[in-house]
Amino acid sequence: MVYIFQQALNALQLGSIYALIALGYTMVYGILTMINFAHGDLFMIGAFFCFLIAFYLKLSFVPTLLLTMIGVAFLGVVIERLAYKPLRNAPRVSAIITALGVGLFLENFTLALNPYPQHVPALITDQTWTIGNVSISSLQIIIIVLSLFLMLILDFIVQRTKAGMAMRAISWDKSIVPLMGVPVNKIISLTFAIGTGLGGAAGMMYGLAYPVIDPYMGIMIGWKAFISAVIGGIGNIRGAMIGGFILGSVEIMVAAFLPSTYRDFVAFTLLLILLIFRPYGILGKPNPQKV
Amino acid sequence: MKKLYILFTVLSFFAFLILGCGGGDSSNIKVGLIAELTGDIPAVGASCKNAAQMAVEEINDAGGFQFGEKKYKVDLIIEDNAGKADQSVSAAQKLITQKKVVAIVGPNASRYALPAAEIAESSKVVLITPWSTAPKATLDSKTGASKKYVFRSCFIDPFQGRVLAKFTLENLKFKKAAVLYDVASEYNKGIAEIFKEVFEKNGGKVVAFETYTTNDKDFSSQLTKIKRATPQIIFLPNYYSEVPLQIQQAKRLGINVPFIGSDSWGSEELLKLCGNDCNDYYFSAHYAADAATPATKKFIDNYKAKYGSTPDDVAALTYDSFGLLWQALKSAGKNDRQAVRDALAKIPQYDGVTGTMQFKEGSGDPIKSAVILKIIDGKFTWFANAKP
Repeated sequence: MVYIFQQALNALQLGSIYALIALGYTMVYGILTMINFAHGDLFMIGAFFCFLIAFYLKLSFVPTLLLTMIGVAFLGVVIERLAYKPLRNAPRVSAIITALGVGLFLENFTLALNPYPQHVPALITDQTWTIGNVSISSLQIIIIVLSLFLMLILDFIVQRTKAGMAMRAISWDKSIVPLMGVPVNKIISLTFAIGTGLGGAAGMMYGLAYPVIDPYMGIMIGWKAFISAVIGGIGNIRGAMIGGFILGSVEIMVAAFLPSTYRDFVAFTLLLILLIFRPYGILGKPNPQKV
Repeated sequence: MKKLYILFTVLSFFAFLILGCGGGDSSNIKVGLIAELTGDIPAVGASCKNAAQMAVEEINDAGGFQFGEKKYKVDLIIEDNAGKADQSVSAAQKLITQKKVVAIVGPNASRYALPAAEIAESSKVVLITPWSTAPKATLDSKTGASKKYVFRSCFIDPFQGRVLAKFTLENLKFKKAAVLYDVASEYNKGIAEIFKEVFEKNGGKVVAFETYTTNDKDFSSQLTKIKRATPQIIFLPNYYSEVPLQIQQAKRLGINVPFIGSDSWGSEELLKLCGNDCNDYYFSAHYAADAATPATKKFIDNYKAKYGSTPDDVAALTYDSFGLLWQALKSAGKNDRQAVRDALAKIPQYDGVTGTMQFKEGSGDPIKSAVILKIIDGKFTWFANAKP
């Protein structure tokens, strides 16, 4: 029982990071029907921003978080303007290839600056409490609570604000909405800013929880977050959150009860089966091609 | 038109870069180096490159080689394998077919040394790997016999695994151990299995044998499992960039037992990434910088003066690999691949900075001793010797 509870905590921590990154994929897809494959690398940039700010400016946790999020969000918007906007009406494949290219650029740019894995300084004094053989660290609590908090804010923005309404409208129909006076470019920029900003926050929390960071760290995590978004139903924000937690739990629990070598194999088989029964993901809706 | 102009500028820039790399005197002896300059273990590549450049500079300053009437200097051609197996192969191919090197040193990690060694063997070019301890590196993949062209300057994993298992049982007196290792990496997997075998044969018990895959950062599930099995010590035969994460996560999960590691811990980077978390743990290594003989001391001092840091295992082993190669070149007496291989295979014993190596006829694996280092106050400190 203690064992299961401890593993559930582990799953919650991993799942909340997957969920935060998955949000970036799903938001961009929702509004542009484009998969931003550079998102995993923006997450990596987030971890490096956090490292630079914490190491050179020696700021504390909250300012570092804000600066990281703003920095990564800004980078996300710049990438959208420079790389994706000129291709908005091009075939979708071109945009995806461009995204892959941007991702490779970010990786190799970081690599060219410094190939060494970096150690992120601890921004919070890490304390471990043991309650009846279950260990909880302060970092674990911060990651879980902060992720949930950011997700709640996002949900509020999308469901309750005018900008959120515009986002939902654009994802519904990109050609009619501008006629109603919605500033499409601004809303798309805002979507990128929020999506990549959350990715940056995830990068920072990841950097704190797993403090050795390297330029390739975003590849695998990016894929897993993308898979989370698909499980939840890509384009659906609540789906991405659920998908992240599902993938985190499956990964942890498979390793917890089966030989750990089987982890990825069993985890992804389960997910494939899930997709056979719900091809649009858990909360996704079938989207018939408009003629 | 404007776009064409930009394209032309960019292309000519790259052409310039490529042409700039060429050149060199064709009458020099060319030696290739394949190192992990980028990728997941760049500190290994950097040490390897530093030691290689130092070894080449020393031999050139001493006048190079004299074959007959003619004097030869050594050209070092460095290739980055980017921490990838496929790039190790293409680097080896490039060095052999385009750069026409007489011999290759590197790569270091077994997962890159193995594929590169296959190329060297089939092209009949000597390859000396400084740090690859996996037995397969010098063995023919089909027949299991020794490769003819592949050598190394380090001990091999069966020896290292045995040393560690015995040290845990006899010196530390622990009977219950857990192992967490990277199942996708040749080196980690090999040594974990040998450790388990020897440990259990000598009366110990491995209570948890957990795996992960390269580039994983979250080990919480495996570590929770290990915690439940209540080991007295945890063996982490993993690379220096991963070990700090594993130890920190274990501590966060409330695991308070000591850790022990293998020679893949032996980089100054480990201390930097670990902070205070790795103090008082043990690992096996190729040499102890703080308990050096006078000859080794001279190497350490020169290296320190040149690069400002203590040479780690990889640096010392790379230096020894070049030492072996110089000796082979001298006795071969000509700049010829086959002659160098034959001369190298005849060296019975070599006194290097990492100790005395003995080669058996027909095998590329030296017989040499290992040391156990302990991390005390953020420094690698000599703790014990292990004879072959």
